[in-house]
Amino acid sequence: MIKNISNLGDASLYCNFGDEINQRINSNVIKYFKNIQKKKIKGINNLTPSYNKLIISFDLNLINFEDLKKKIEDINISDEDEIKNQKIIKIPICCDDEFALDIDRLSLKLKLSKKDIFKKYLDTEYFCYMTGFVAGMPFLGDIDNKLRLERLETPRVKVPKGSVGITEQFANIYTFESPGGWNILGNTPLKIFDQKNETKPTLINPGDKVLFYQISKKEYLKFNDKK
Amino acid sequence: MTKNKIIVLREGINSTFQDLGRNNFYHIGLPFSGAMDKRNYLIANKLVGNQHNEAVIEFAYQGPLLKIEEGNINFAISGDVKFNIKKDDKLFNGQCYKTYFLSKNDEIDIISTNKSVYGYFAVSGGFELNKYFGSFSTTVRANVGSNNGNKLSKNEKFLIKDIKNKNISKNIEYINSKVEYIRILKGTNFDYFSDDSINDLTSKKFLVSNLSDRMGMRLQGSKIKNMKETNIRSEGLVKGVIQVPADGDPIIMLSDHGTIGGYPKIAVVISADYDKLIQIPPGNTLKFKLIELKEAENLYKLYQMETENLLNQI
Repeated sequence: MIKNISNLGDASLYCNFGDEINQRINSNVIKYFKNIQKKKIKGINNLTPSYNKLIISFDLNLINFEDLKKKIEDINISDEDEIKNQKIIKIPICCDDEFALDIDRLSLKLKLSKKDIFKKYLDTEYFCYMTGFVAGMPFLGDIDNKLRLERLETPRVKVPKGSVGITEQFANIYTFESPGGWNILGNTPLKIFDQKNETKPTLINPGDKVLFYQISKKEYLKFNDKK
Repeated sequence: MTKNKIIVLREGINSTFQDLGRNNFYHIGLPFSGAMDKRNYLIANKLVGNQHNEAVIEFAYQGPLLKIEEGNINFAISGDVKFNIKKDDKLFNGQCYKTYFLSKNDEIDIISTNKSVYGYFAVSGGFELNKYFGSFSTTVRANVGSNNGNKLSKNEKFLIKDIKNKNISKNIEYINSKVEYIRILKGTNFDYFSDDSINDLTSKKFLVSNLSDRMGMRLQGSKIKNMKETNIRSEGLVKGVIQVPADGDPIIMLSDHGTIGGYPKIAVVISADYDKLIQIPPGNTLKFKLIELKEAENLYKLYQMETENLLNQI
């Protein structure tokens, strides 16, 4: 499962699960991540799962690379083990022109009507590969084959919070206003990262499944009013 | 009973509450954060008689101007910092690594860091703040931490816990040594880069650019040439990673870095040299030296021993 482990600096392990990106490899990363998280191995102070890598950071006062590497190599997880507690999360999205900032570009470049783009996007069930870059941002995949497009040539200086964007085989949600180059096709009023909720700050976690459903501008504006 | 309270009369350039940082949130996108210069952070807290994990005010370049609005405080400043104290309407220069006792209406004006970047202001008892995700540290980019995840701003007031020891008098001789080299280990994409570029990285000087902050330090110098792939599949990052984007200018990830990135990692700064790295101000140059993992581990032990020795002298 782990192809090899090398050091990333003097206080992290770099676990490589393979070169491709697919859900099978990513599921293995997530299984290791969850297993190690539960074990609470002394010295580990951070775990960063991504598409096909897992970085394990540690406190150099408590353990070193060689000793921790042995501990990780001793972990036995089989390919068949399922990811536990996989959830399906439903995300409302408003695709009105004012939110779908790049819909014209998508339509032109993909040679598809706006309606077709939204339909294909909404008909897919997504898988969360990883969360991060900024707090709570989920990296979702895989989007329909016909929707795949490179990033904007010139990234936006400011992408509005809540924007839903796509590039290549992936989709994401901007949890903060930030610079970015993904093709934006809508916006969600749902809070994806809640810093006030410390026990569960992220709505979407690695291994979760995600479905989007379209809402009107009216529903979008009212969304955060109802309790 | 009167509370001990300070008011911010000038906020400074980048003043935030920090402690040792937060663990175990990389996977949701929250970095460690925490004091950039861990040794100076620990010394400041020890000088005022605090536990090592109390929050302090970290400032960069120009610090805040603070006034005691109620009560008394014992404070100390660490780093290489120029500051003035106004006590009973008398103005005098403050000394780093020394505790002072001030009362209502007295002021501390943190003017600038000398040939360095970060300094620390600690008060006896610590500030009355809440921990978020297990830490007082402020991560401005994620809006997480003390002071609602924000930098200090003008006219804000902060309470200070009651001081047990009325007038602590402590000091320590400490000189923030300047660095000859920042030592690095090979990164996971070391072999993406040309031999000439590796040679440049480990022999030439690099300029620290103005576009450096708590998230990252951007360098300028010889362009680092990628022979393979200028983008990699996004993966985790850690403090000290040196990424090289397509433009060939290296970026070092610092305490508030994004947790995931897609640029090749040419090298990683060793843990023992991190405190020194982050104190190099923009406009100055640095040089790298490539070493092996075992040596880095030994250097960290040495760094740790030196820190403990310093703390024991207080």
